[in-house]
Amino acid sequence: MIRLENVSKVYPRQERPALDDVTLEIAKGEFVFLVGQSGSGKSTFLRLILKEERPTSGTIYVAGKELNSLSQWKVPELRRQIGTVFQDFRLLPNKTVTENVAFAMHVLGASTKEIRRAVPEVIELVGLEGYGQRRPNQLSGGEQQRVAIARAFVNQPIILIADEPTGNLDPTTSVGIMKLLDRINRTGTTVIMATHDSGIVDQMRKRVIELDAGSVVRDQVRGVYGYSG
Amino acid sequence: MRARFIASEVGIGLRRNLTLTVAVVITVAISLALLGVGLLANSQVGVMKDYWYNKIEVSVFLCGTLSESPSCSGGPVTAAQRDSIQADLKALPVVETVYYESQAQAFSRFKERFKGSSITANVTQDQLPESFRVKLKDPKQFAVVQSAFAGRPGVDSVQDQRAVLEKFFSLIGVLRDGALAIGLISVLTAALLISNTLRIAAFNRRRETGVMRLVGASSFSIQLPFILEGVIASIFGWMIATGLLAALKTLIDHRVAPLLTFTKFFGWPAVWQASSYLFITGFLVSSIASMLTLRKYLRV
Repeated sequence: MIRLENVSKVYPRQERPALDDVTLEIAKGEFVFLVGQSGSGKSTFLRLILKEERPTSGTIYVAGKELNSLSQWKVPELRRQIGTVFQDFRLLPNKTVTENVAFAMHVLGASTKEIRRAVPEVIELVGLEGYGQRRPNQLSGGEQQRVAIARAFVNQPIILIADEPTGNLDPTTSVGIMKLLDRINRTGTTVIMATHDSGIVDQMRKRVIELDAGSVVRDQVRGVYGYSG
Repeated sequence: MRARFIASEVGIGLRRNLTLTVAVVITVAISLALLGVGLLANSQVGVMKDYWYNKIEVSVFLCGTLSESPSCSGGPVTAAQRDSIQADLKALPVVETVYYESQAQAFSRFKERFKGSSITANVTQDQLPESFRVKLKDPKQFAVVQSAFAGRPGVDSVQDQRAVLEKFFSLIGVLRDGALAIGLISVLTAALLISNTLRIAAFNRRRETGVMRLVGASSFSIQLPFILEGVIASIFGWMIATGLLAALKTLIDHRVAPLLTFTKFFGWPAVWQASSYLFITGFLVSSIASMLTLRKYLRV
């Protein structure tokens, strides 16, 4: 599903590489935690997969495509196969929950009929039935993140990328979000989650990839967060 | 549906940016109206040329008692000279018709033109020259007549009415060039304003475009609502500009034409033609300005 071969990334005017000769593979349907301190290269890793950045060297395959040779106008096609969730939710404040989720389908040209069918389904999946007409400012953080997950999932991506999805949430709410991500993972969607939350990683017992100064220092099946701090 | 979704996004964008949208509409309206005035001035020159060139004549004035030119040194024109001049004029291929105006006819025309003026009291019939009025097949062929008859014994002078009209046309020409130049400059202003408006609109909607990018919307579908905003604003501007030109035409018909009866004015078809050129200009300028701006500020 995702394969990196000797991938390095050096940002302009920086000496230290953000990613340093990373080689790894993530299979279809896996659930992977990406851990490491701030600046260890987690965000760069995610941005490379989305082709928001190009690697300085090395090759990246995502969903059967080699990203270096993927032309710029085909990038939207790649991103349609990847759902993305962020720490800050990134919802549209003047649209309701339903509209926020539908927006992701509208911009890809879905028909009204498809939207009417899919949106309530996915809102129910994330546990927000009855919240469709609310606006983001009428929702708690956890609820907003559920809307964001619904939006990321509504176009049925084969990969879901979550960048610190619980970073702004309290532990109880975080557990709910993790259960939801686990449920999405069980539908066959590959989930990659960057996190600082050791409690969650230890509890879930999924594959853990640890980055330090741009290098993979640990890749464990059913791993734990690892270091305290 | 898809079109309805885009329409609602465009509507939201236009309303959210209302003051700037109004500024774009007004600027486009004024600049296109100025361009339109230039185009109409151009048609006016065309109309006047058509109108006048059919009427203008070359006058071959014959020697009279007051003539002072060297070719009149032999005194007033003789009957034989007059007959041979007339025959030669008719023989010229560029000449369409020739008619003779006697001193009596010239005098009565003079009295008619200056009716009520004291000048008629001081002029007598024999002071006015007799002449041949020559209508040319092509008014531009004046030089042929001029070279054949100027200086010939019995001919005092050869005058082309076109020379007088050309001065008038060049005056309108200056007006036209001025309107076009100012119009073009203000079209440029409108383009810059559209560009800045879209820059602000792109910034205001960075959340939406961010989400669009993430879920994999094509760059075309991300940019389309913005481009449509610029284009729709300039279409409103174009409608106002057309209204202004129509108002100008009505004003000319009702207020100016009754005063200036000696000429014809451009018709409504000229207004519609100018309006369609303005539409093309407005459309091209706004869509090009939009696309260039978005390529810079809406990287996908």
